[in-house]
Amino acid sequence: MNTDILNIKRKRRSQAITFGLFRVLSYMVILILLVILGFIIYNGAGSISWNFLTGYPEDGMTKGGIFPAIVGTICLIIGSMVFAFPIGIMSGIYINEYAGNNWIVKFIRIMTNNLGAIPSIVFGLFGMALFVNYLGFGDSILAGSLTLGLLVLPVVIRTTEEALKAIPDSFRTGSLALGASKLQTIRHVILPMAFPNIITGLILSVGRVSGETAPILFTAAAYFLPRLPHSIFDQVMALPYHLYVISTSGTNIEASKSIAYGTALVLIVIVLLINILANFLRKYFGNKVKMN
Amino acid sequence: MKRFTEKIIEGILKLSGGVTSIIILLIILFLFKEGSGLFNNSSIEKGYVLSVNPANPVKTLSPKQVKEIFDENITNWKEVGGNDEEIKTFRFEEIFDLYPDEELDGEILSQRLSDEISKENGIIAFLPERYLLTSFKGKLLESNNVSLSEFFLGKEWFPTAVPAAEFGILPLLLGTLLVSFGTIAIALPFGIAVAIYLAEIADPRIRKFFKPIIELLAGIPSVVYGFFGLVVIVPLIQKIFGLPVGETGLAGSIILAIMALPTIITVAEDAIRTTPRVMKEASLGLGATHWQTIWRVVVPYSISGIMAAVMLGIGRAIGETMAVLMVTGNAAVMPTSLLEPVRTIPATIAAELGEAPVGSTHYQSLFMLGCILFLLTLIISLSVEFISGKKKNNN
Repeated sequence: MNTDILNIKRKRRSQAITFGLFRVLSYMVILILLVILGFIIYNGAGSISWNFLTGYPEDGMTKGGIFPAIVGTICLIIGSMVFAFPIGIMSGIYINEYAGNNWIVKFIRIMTNNLGAIPSIVFGLFGMALFVNYLGFGDSILAGSLTLGLLVLPVVIRTTEEALKAIPDSFRTGSLALGASKLQTIRHVILPMAFPNIITGLILSVGRVSGETAPILFTAAAYFLPRLPHSIFDQVMALPYHLYVISTSGTNIEASKSIAYGTALVLIVIVLLINILANFLRKYFGNKVKMN
Repeated sequence: MKRFTEKIIEGILKLSGGVTSIIILLIILFLFKEGSGLFNNSSIEKGYVLSVNPANPVKTLSPKQVKEIFDENITNWKEVGGNDEEIKTFRFEEIFDLYPDEELDGEILSQRLSDEISKENGIIAFLPERYLLTSFKGKLLESNNVSLSEFFLGKEWFPTAVPAAEFGILPLLLGTLLVSFGTIAIALPFGIAVAIYLAEIADPRIRKFFKPIIELLAGIPSVVYGFFGLVVIVPLIQKIFGLPVGETGLAGSIILAIMALPTIITVAEDAIRTTPRVMKEASLGLGATHWQTIWRVVVPYSISGIMAAVMLGIGRAIGETMAVLMVTGNAAVMPTSLLEPVRTIPATIAAELGEAPVGSTHYQSLFMLGCILFLLTLIISLSVEFISGKKKNNN
């Protein structure tokens, strides 16, 4: 009997130790995030100024600002969204509303997952082969946007699909029973209801696009181009590529360190803002839907 | 009329449903189209030839032998199957050391080259093709195509070496696998522990608090991770282990582990959460402790989901480019430990494609690397599909 109690005590103790360890590891995730964010904010805050955000790079990128890179990144974001959003949303609608549950959907879903798992550098290679060389767009906003668009397409599709799936079937049957056609049901009942979730997912995918470097290395990004793009066939500087260049292969890495910290901070702030916005919308729409 | 437009719109929707499949097909098509020329190409630079004395019995040399010869590691023709004769290497520029410039105009230059090669028995010369006359007296070596075994088993990656480049991807492949292995060794126990904590132990408020944090961790761009690794982790590793350089496989593994954590945590947590309540309650009712229940019931039940999480983490680690490129040091040598600079496949593509002329052997070899990377991740994501598909059947 006595040994049994001892046994139980020992088990309890080992459980407490394990759970304690798991808790420590979990809080370490927060610590890691705080360290990375804190480090970049602490070191980068000093280099942020109006001049930095709106000026052009000077002196072999050791001085001046990052305005062309900010503009370039915005161009690439808009370009890729124009391409990926309509196609992705339509594809999501087809998969969830039309295709039913057969081998076609299974196949499409596997292909979508596969596309999502392809490394970004492979998208870069593909974009270079197809858009830059074969279609002759050259290194341009167009080629880069299309490449980035392909990269986020699976994210958009999956987001749309999940959002549509969350809507109960009773709404569909109800609308159909009132005499609406399938397309009318989707357009006037399903899409408005799924809209909040779709938007949240889309905003998160903007975050993904803004930070990707590998796909634009050979399709859009310019090493140094202190002017704004004139057309979609122009090369552009981009924030993530700029950070890569000045922290590894710039003309004077030490001298451009403060610029590098500043660029990293701007990137982090973009990602932070996008996440906060997405969370805010989720909460906002969440409350609204409940009130209905 | 209305029906007609609806039909059209539905047709468009149907088309867009197939768009991902089409893109994958296009990716396969273009990657292989650009890369497939590799094995029909010589590793000797385009427009150049290797020539030997007409009396030399050697007909052909492998790229490795050519490199060894010009590095003067092989100094006798006997070693490559020729006569017992010392090898004398001759590069095109050397002709200008033998004769004053004014004596080397036009055809005379070509004549002099031809004479030089026929004069020396042990000579091997690396010449531009355009200086060869029809009356050229030297014997041209048959150029060897890059072979499959050289590509996959070669231990040297010198894509821009002159006269003969070497395209052995073994060091890159092993570098990729080593870094990925290190990543998983760190991220797997870490990620699973966090997933178990969030799914089973922590109360819902804490779980809610963690969700945006993990999302944010997943949202930080890889180049920012790379930058952080470069300025913080690399110097740290250099100091702790007393290494000459801190840019090592370990630095890559640590950064990649942080990047893979969100994926592993989310997928594993979802899997763990699917364990039916009845099973847990039955286990607790039989007198098992909470930890015993987790270890003996919950984890075995959700093992396929956890496996899927691991595979996704590996996939992320294999394909990640920028962060690895910035912190691993990129030395294309056979890796022996995590404390040395290594070079991965994606980093090689990112670092070299910009300098490889379109259509050159180097360019094609990089696209071939892209094909390999594509196939690796395809296998991984298909096996994830297989693992999670199996799970559904079991239910």
